[in-house]
Amino acid sequence: MNQLFAAWWEAIRERAVSGNLNFWENLYKEIYLNLLSDGRYMNYLRGLRVTLIVAALAALFGVALGAMLALARLSNVRLGRWRWLSWLAGKYINIMRGTPMLLQLLIINFGIFGSIKLDKIFIGVIACGLNSAAYVAEIIRGGIQSVERGQVEAGRSLGLTSAMTMRLIIFPQALKAALPSLCNEFITLLKETSILAYIALTELTKAADYIRSRTYSPFMPYIISGLMYLAVVTVLTKATSALERRLRQSDSSARADQGI
Amino acid sequence: MRKICILLVAMMLTVSMLAGAALAAEGTLTMGTNAEFPPFEFVEGDAVVGVDPEIAAEIAKDLGCTLVIENMAFDSIIPALTSGQIDVGLAAMTVKPDRLASIDFSDTYYNARQACIVLDGGSVTDADTLKDKVIGVQTGTTGDFEAETFSADIQRFGKALDAVLELAGGKLDAVIVDEPVAKNIIAALNNPKLALLDNIPFADEFYAVAVQKGHPELVESINATIKRITEDGTMDAILLKYFPTTDEPDATAAP
Repeated sequence: MNQLFAAWWEAIRERAVSGNLNFWENLYKEIYLNLLSDGRYMNYLRGLRVTLIVAALAALFGVALGAMLALARLSNVRLGRWRWLSWLAGKYINIMRGTPMLLQLLIINFGIFGSIKLDKIFIGVIACGLNSAAYVAEIIRGGIQSVERGQVEAGRSLGLTSAMTMRLIIFPQALKAALPSLCNEFITLLKETSILAYIALTELTKAADYIRSRTYSPFMPYIISGLMYLAVVTVLTKATSALERRLRQSDSSARADQGI
Repeated sequence: MRKICILLVAMMLTVSMLAGAALAAEGTLTMGTNAEFPPFEFVEGDAVVGVDPEIAAEIAKDLGCTLVIENMAFDSIIPALTSGQIDVGLAAMTVKPDRLASIDFSDTYYNARQACIVLDGGSVTDADTLKDKVIGVQTGTTGDFEAETFSADIQRFGKALDAVLELAGGKLDAVIVDEPVAKNIIAALNNPKLALLDNIPFADEFYAVAVQKGHPELVESINATIKRITEDGTMDAILLKYFPTTDEPDATAAP
């Protein structure tokens, strides 16, 4: 197969140097040079792997930290004397949302870890996770506050502690309400990992940059990388809408719609 | 999927139409460069200055044009030339066969060499110990290609300075970059941990002005300017202005 592609390229190579290609030949040249020759598709796939690893780990880290931040943020309402915790979480969220993620990444890489040799993937996960946590915190806080106060009162009057009420009654409902926004945040996070190119981590965008620096194509490597991001995001979107459908099955309104 | 295909084809059509355009706008000479490469090009105040902008100013003067400088990523310069967004690329760019497949070069105006920056007393002391080490480079530069001959573990940055900072932080084993730039950065950082290795036999290389293919008249005009400023001493004056006095300027034309 590779030989066939190479043979097609050889057939138009002479004219490619003098710039005499028609539209379709030019399209083939761009695809051949930027995707097929020298096993370059492997560069994209290796980049995609790094992107997926960083995005997945950063999402996990972000949700864990974000959930804690959301609880801390609400603690003056729910836990009385832990008011300073709420203040701290508020400041953290304000700083992380109020400065560009790229600056945060550069400060983390060249400042905080300036002379500590760490895997670039680790630095990427930390930077993306810390930033994402601030957004996740606000999403979860919104989710928690969307649950009716009556639910807390009901839980407490049944004899549950306030922590149990949160864990068993409020949080599951809050998570369900927050799911579409959370999914949105993951998609943003996945694409934002492209800034890791700045710290020389070869993720999917840097892979395109690398190939572009070898083939001198104006934009074809970016199209190929873009299609890969699009494919991953499409799968992610489909998966979350399936999950949302599944979670809706227990909604009383949905049950009513289905005549149960 | 069909929509994506249509979009793709539409973009290709637009670009292939634009690609034919000659000098971006009448009366101006648009120069693409990457102002992260002192002393050849760097930002001072609001302006991009250095050896290359001064040469470009001479070229524009001879053409009777106004010089416009566009500061971009180094690896975007050739694509910007082939798609006609800029007229010339002056970015301490070495004449290399694989670049010649995409663009044309003028006569050369500077003889440079790559240099290897390492940590003083570190594990890299010569070409043998550089093998398989973590090497930092600027994406798409000659140093990037040279580094590939030594190691597979290469970290590619947008700026040479970032690579050197990572080296100074102990996160890389070596950085390969053009020698004048290496000396300039080391002098600027003034960090005793950084040292220049002089025992790796890098090949001689020559800087030239990059031009979009199919513009022989522009290349000829640039060559005439380079010849003029080399003969009337302007070139020496430019080099003396930007190089530390301890450093021998090396304006050698290609063989």
